[in-house]
Amino acid sequence: MTTDFPILSILLWLPIAGALVVLVAGKLAPISVRWLALFFATVVFALSVPLWTGFNPGTAGMQFVENLPWISTFNVHYHLGVDGISMPLILLNTFMTVLVVIAGWEVIQYKIAQYMAAFLIMEGLINGVFSSLDSLLFYVLWEAMLIPMFLIIGIWGGPRRVYATIKFFLYTFFGSVLMLVAIIYMYVKTGSYDILVFQHTSFGMTAQLLIFLAFLVAFAVKVPMWPVHTWLPDAHVEAPTGGSVILAAILLKMGAYGFLRFSLPIAPDASRMLMWLIIGLSLVAIIYIGFVAIAQTDMKKLVAYSSIAHMGFVTLGIFIVLLIFQKTASTDGTVMGVEGGLVQMISHGFVSGALFLCVGVLYDRLHTRDIKAYGGVINLMPAFAFFLVLFAMANVGLPGTSGFVGEWMVILTSMKADFWIAFGAAFTLFLGAAYTLWMVKRVLYGPVGNSNVSGMKDIGKREFIVLGLCAIPVIVIGVWPAPLLNVMHATVSNLVHQVVQSKL
Amino acid sequence: MFTLPSLTQVIPEMFVLGMGCFILVIDAFISDRLRSISYWLSLASVAATAWLTVTVAQNAGLLTFDDMFVNDSMGNVLKLFTYLVVALTFLYSRSYLKDRSLFKGEFYVLGLFGMLGMMVMISAHNFITIYLGLELLSLSLYAMVALDRDSPVASEAAMKYFVLGAIASGTLLYGMSLLYGVTGTLDLTRLGMHIAESASINISVMLALGFIIVGLCFKLGAVPFHMWLPDVYEGASTPVTMYIGSAPKIAAFALFMRLLVAGLGGLHVEWHVILTVLAILSMGIGSIVAIVQTNLKRLLAYSTISHVGFVLLGILTGTTEGYRAAMFYVVTYVIMSTAAFGMIILLARKGFEADRLEDFKGLNDRSPWFAAMMLTVMFGMAGVPPFVGFFAKLYVLRAVIDIGMWWLALVAVIFALISAYYYLKVVKLMYFDRAPRDAKPIQADYDVRWVLSGNGLAILLLGIMPGPLMALCARVITF
Repeated sequence: MTTDFPILSILLWLPIAGALVVLVAGKLAPISVRWLALFFATVVFALSVPLWTGFNPGTAGMQFVENLPWISTFNVHYHLGVDGISMPLILLNTFMTVLVVIAGWEVIQYKIAQYMAAFLIMEGLINGVFSSLDSLLFYVLWEAMLIPMFLIIGIWGGPRRVYATIKFFLYTFFGSVLMLVAIIYMYVKTGSYDILVFQHTSFGMTAQLLIFLAFLVAFAVKVPMWPVHTWLPDAHVEAPTGGSVILAAILLKMGAYGFLRFSLPIAPDASRMLMWLIIGLSLVAIIYIGFVAIAQTDMKKLVAYSSIAHMGFVTLGIFIVLLIFQKTASTDGTVMGVEGGLVQMISHGFVSGALFLCVGVLYDRLHTRDIKAYGGVINLMPAFAFFLVLFAMANVGLPGTSGFVGEWMVILTSMKADFWIAFGAAFTLFLGAAYTLWMVKRVLYGPVGNSNVSGMKDIGKREFIVLGLCAIPVIVIGVWPAPLLNVMHATVSNLVHQVVQSKL
Repeated sequence: MFTLPSLTQVIPEMFVLGMGCFILVIDAFISDRLRSISYWLSLASVAATAWLTVTVAQNAGLLTFDDMFVNDSMGNVLKLFTYLVVALTFLYSRSYLKDRSLFKGEFYVLGLFGMLGMMVMISAHNFITIYLGLELLSLSLYAMVALDRDSPVASEAAMKYFVLGAIASGTLLYGMSLLYGVTGTLDLTRLGMHIAESASINISVMLALGFIIVGLCFKLGAVPFHMWLPDVYEGASTPVTMYIGSAPKIAAFALFMRLLVAGLGGLHVEWHVILTVLAILSMGIGSIVAIVQTNLKRLLAYSTISHVGFVLLGILTGTTEGYRAAMFYVVTYVIMSTAAFGMIILLARKGFEADRLEDFKGLNDRSPWFAAMMLTVMFGMAGVPPFVGFFAKLYVLRAVIDIGMWWLALVAVIFALISAYYYLKVVKLMYFDRAPRDAKPIQADYDVRWVLSGNGLAILLLGIMPGPLMALCARVITF
């Protein structure tokens, strides 16, 4: 479906243009930049809603397509389009950016215009990443997005921000350059950078393996999968609240998105051969990282490790499909695994973002993230306690919240594949409950911890709006996930059928 | 019987020569107060030369002076970029030189003569012309480094440069004479034919090839012939460093194309191996040693070395695409390197050089705009999109993978990753650190500010729209 209205281009470029306006306006009038940034973020979100309403869930093809030649020497095209996998992620991104802008309202005092501009630029670039259908365009945006994140952590971060941000940058850059080599290799073979062309080209087994491994490094770093996850806790701990939110809610999804867009359709045979590796790493992430999370004393670190464990669910859901197909030779019920992974991605975006916002709320008051420094907060901040408990329950996967839907679908699919995998995956429910609820207990309940805590004020209007906005989708998806599943169903079943067919 | 060669093709060269001499004479007669006349005359000469080159390119024959001089589209485009960079150097350096009482006509005259040398190198079609151009350039550079004669560092750098440069020139000359002995010709086309015809490769030709590569790599600054580079970059005054670090790279690229590709193309199998080793070494040493530098000029010197490795990657493929990639890389690198040295000049003021890394601390507090410019340059050099440095690396990597050397591409990206670290370090200083309390506001004149802004934006715009420049490189290189 081609529309005359270049909505994806607008979603890519309007935030960047807005960022420039914010930067220039920041020079002229220092107060207005917050409202200006909020204006742009809201407009972009409003413009992204037609993606959902105008989306045709009946087809697996790309929609809202735009295709222009970009670099003719290389046959690179400015090729944008969305399907049922990428469209919800774009909406997630535009939504979270609005929250981040509001969340940084009073907290950020140093170079506020640059702060807002960095997030707006990142929003545009990420929209581009999720909608680009040309691998080089994808790569350019994927990499370019590192620059604002690098600055966000480095400028507005905590005491060890320089270490954390350079580590973040180099880890991701390392993964990406290998992906670049794979992309160029495929270009040399096919004469095109178009992802859809790659998907329909038959590469040999050796080539597929190398391509798969190169992409694996790039995406595994981003997801992040054990053992290349170590940048994430550092980055999260040092990043400002807004940075943590975007990092957890959006950036991690880019890795999983990459698996769905590149690894599986381009190298299905290699994926089937190496699925054990991914499933194994996912289980390690789910179980081992779950234990690591229990031991954390820093709230942000705890949420960060919980993110890694939850993302393990996503990769498990995606790759378990291949195992089921290998065992049963049919795709019955496999679609649910990928869909579960996707729902988990969206849900985790809201939940982890919200949890980081909650930690931010506490941090703004006591300037520490140490769990021990709190206690009995519920007595002083009842409204806040309501939200924290809600998001904690969603993180645990309580039925009725969005966290439950994805986890349940993935566990159910895993059961089809192998009892022990399902057992391992279900173990996370227990671990998740342990680390999340234990943190909630120590922070919220019990007697008021110390005199600092007793001076804490409950959340204000601004914080209430931010957390409330997060809570709505968490409950809506939890109670009624059908619209979300409906949007992605056609795309996912097409993807699954593509993946189980050998290209050799 | 003697017939006058066709002179149309060399009008730009003759014009530069004439203007260089003219400015030299004029400069001797004007007082310090009117020194700007030399400056403006030099700039005007460069602009006029560009116009002449464009005119000549359209309606002149290919070869002249008994085939010693070639006027092809690759040469003309490379020359235009050379003019651009030389003009940028002049623009950047005016106030810097004034502040240090170095604002002398000699800088501009030497700059013009050096440019003439580069033009001759670019258009050379014969060993003699190559050597002539190279020496004219080198001698101008030696003198420029020593321009600040009261500075011991500058004198030391000049001595070092001179001695090592002379050895390199000698090596190159020796290689040429060996080839002359074997083939009996100094003409590059005839040499190429001769080498293609001879079935076996004898030892003297191999020796000659070795000597020539050593000479070329010295001029380009490839490892292990890079020793002069950091010392000269650091010792010379910043405008001179900018001059050395930019335009001559374009000329050196032309030299590679003329000598190795046109002349010794038949020996591709041999020089392919040599250049592979040199490229890996250059990328490696350049990336790793730069990490520990505290002086920005030295850091940029090592970064040059690693970029030279990438240029060699393009050349060593021996394919048209590879040469195009190398040309794109050289041109874009030169634009970025000019901007990097421009930043040093911008921050410098009388009695303060701004060439240490910590001088960039907290630049974002002092001037967000120029911090963003330096950020552009640094990420551009690191090869992070959307800046043009990424497309340069992409082009080269594609050429390398095209000939099946994907392992070499992997090596290259790993070194690119390592080098990203020190570029990030500069960004870190500008954005994450606070400016020292005694930091003074930027005092640079408006011309420097405008030129630098344009230069930085060019890195971004070429990155968003690299197509035209790529198409240009593809059009002029047809080997």
